[in-house]
Amino acid sequence: MDFRFSESEEAFRQELLKFLDAELPAGWGEGPAPSPDEEWAETLRMRRKLAERGWLTMHWPPEYGGQGASTILSLIFNEEMSYRGAPGRDAFGARMLGPTLMIYGTEEQKRRFLPPVARGEVQWCQGYSEPQSGSDLASLSTRADDEGDFFRINGSKVWTSLAHRADWMMVLVRTDPDAPKHRGISFLLVDMKSPGVEVRPIMNMAGTHEFNEVFFDDVRAPKTNLVGEQDRGWYVAVTLLDFERSGIEYAATSRRLLDDLSGFIRESGRGMEGWVADLLAERYVEAEVARLMAYRVAWMQSRGMVPNREASMSKVFGSETFQRVADTGMKVLGLYGQLTEEDRWAPLAGRIQDAWRHSFSNTIAAGTSEIQRNIIASRGLGLPRG
Amino acid sequence: MDLALSEIQQMLKTSAREVLAREVPFEVVRAMEGDAEGYTPELWRSMAELGWLGLVVPEKYGGAEGSFLDLGMLLEEMGRALTPGPFFSTVVLGALTVMDAGDEAMRSNLLPGIAGGETMMTLAVTEESGGYGPGDIRMRAERRGDGYVLSGRKMFVPDAHAADYAIVTARTSEGEDAREGITLFVVPMKQGGVSVTPHATMALEKQAQVDFDEVRVSADAVLGSVNGGWSALERALERAATAKGLEMVGGAEAVLEITLEYLKDRVQFGRPVGTFQALQHHCANMAIDVEGSRYAAYQAAHRISEGLPAGREVSVAKAWVSDAYMRVCATAVQCHGAVGFTTEHDLQLFTRRARAQEQLYGDGGFHRRQLAAGLRG
Repeated sequence: MDFRFSESEEAFRQELLKFLDAELPAGWGEGPAPSPDEEWAETLRMRRKLAERGWLTMHWPPEYGGQGASTILSLIFNEEMSYRGAPGRDAFGARMLGPTLMIYGTEEQKRRFLPPVARGEVQWCQGYSEPQSGSDLASLSTRADDEGDFFRINGSKVWTSLAHRADWMMVLVRTDPDAPKHRGISFLLVDMKSPGVEVRPIMNMAGTHEFNEVFFDDVRAPKTNLVGEQDRGWYVAVTLLDFERSGIEYAATSRRLLDDLSGFIRESGRGMEGWVADLLAERYVEAEVARLMAYRVAWMQSRGMVPNREASMSKVFGSETFQRVADTGMKVLGLYGQLTEEDRWAPLAGRIQDAWRHSFSNTIAAGTSEIQRNIIASRGLGLPRG
Repeated sequence: MDLALSEIQQMLKTSAREVLAREVPFEVVRAMEGDAEGYTPELWRSMAELGWLGLVVPEKYGGAEGSFLDLGMLLEEMGRALTPGPFFSTVVLGALTVMDAGDEAMRSNLLPGIAGGETMMTLAVTEESGGYGPGDIRMRAERRGDGYVLSGRKMFVPDAHAADYAIVTARTSEGEDAREGITLFVVPMKQGGVSVTPHATMALEKQAQVDFDEVRVSADAVLGSVNGGWSALERALERAATAKGLEMVGGAEAVLEITLEYLKDRVQFGRPVGTFQALQHHCANMAIDVEGSRYAAYQAAHRISEGLPAGREVSVAKAWVSDAYMRVCATAVQCHGAVGFTTEHDLQLFTRRARAQEQLYGDGGFHRRQLAAGLRG
């Protein structure tokens, strides 16, 4: 057993940090949280640079534009990028779609869809939730009628992050309304420029436009865009969820907020009161445990094991840790915590209140904490289903 | 990074589980709670024969020269089985401290006996203040002639009744920095002037008040350097906190498994109560606590094994495990309902110990304060 990274892994970390120092705009991550438009512009710019170095999809096999890097290396990549709040990574294409297509996609699909992701040229979004199908995802009712060589899609998706920026969507549709609910779902790839696709923005509590409603009105998708077997898309969908739920981001951003907070308090010169030190230390321990749980998931993947309950445990614990960290930040800053970046008195340029406002989504997105706990109990611990 | 157990570690864990299931069923655990010695000579002999007592002892002193992480596998299984007796005191507190701070004479004097099962040891640190900081060590040792005279009282000394020797921390000089002036002595417990008064403890683990009334020891009894004992003691406490944490991980995992079995069997409203989400979520929380505890404890044990600075990782581990294990036990009792807090049920054996173990070598609050010192900068 060894918790350390190898010399070559550490060398990669240093190379990445040097790259970020050179490429990130001056003061990035130290000022106010960027607006979605600023962040998107930086995302596109940085994504191209990451792609040039092959880092965007480093964990993919070379034939599809990856470097065949170990999961451990991409863990380091994700940890440092998250800690720095660096834009450019691609959760949907690189992390979710890619690995899923490599399992379920046809050779033609892989050759067509993966290289553009590796080159950073395409943005994907994920059409899972619907207005009437949240935690009960398999009850989804967006239908896709079999029209011979294409599907005709009607219905709507909701909470679709980045749909307004996306070129393509991976979408779950019902292809057999008469089958039991898990048996009539298919996994389709849909061009967002197709006639009949409409995206409407939803504003969140952080005051930003990040997710959307997406409507499908007689949208055509060719059958060649079907991933896996028709009516067997549920299995594709849950495989993708395990990729979605594996990540170091919550642990890394928790640690960043804590470092920012304790640095701010030290520099303010007012001293750290006992209760503040106690709270910060408690969160610090949690962030460290969250990091270890994420490491465990990545290590399992690096050994070809498929983390399931481990991914859910890491997701629950990481997301709840980040919420507690953000909440602790608000408590510690007192009256000043409420000040936003426009206010000259705002501590840390208002980043704590921004993190806190965003943090509510952590325990809802990618499966609520309650759904994760159901998965841990039934799939992980073998408790009988109700 | 490699989070897999080595082949040897896997083997140790498997064989320890088998041996302990056979030799230390819960009936034995219960019997030993009421026994003045708290262990059986047969079990101690087995531990010597299996090579457990000498696992970490260097080969030249009759041991197997295993790593701290190897030892961790045994400790985890012992925690799982609630193994009674002075193994922890003798090996973790005694042997490892002698190996760390002792000179050749001290090592060859004590380690072969430990590996062979003839010598038991313990560590006497805490006093009436009940703390583990350098300032908590007030007991005095006066230089007299070519030796020292120890006078004072130690509290909560584990397995003092069984120990042949105790490593006793005492103050040999006073300075502004509490870390200065501490010396470690190896004191034969059967010597005149040493009196052992067992504490009556909730978990019925054997701890004692030990009084030293003008106890004379020779200069050879000094373990490490005179006045400079704190750094060795600090390392000993880091090992102890981590080792205790590993025992607790084993205990926590056992509690989760006992609970899962019960929830699959127990029927209410016409179905196993384990089908209810309220209880499933309790179990998911317990599983998260066990998982986090294990890797926090392994990380600290790995640092110690490799001889790397481990203070931060040890504090993360003991802070987390102390609280997580208590949550696991409390949740388990809740999942069981009333039967969970009957004497008859094995769960209470774990719950009482979890509370005691939480406090040993620093509780969550203690270790968070250690970490906070770093945050203050």
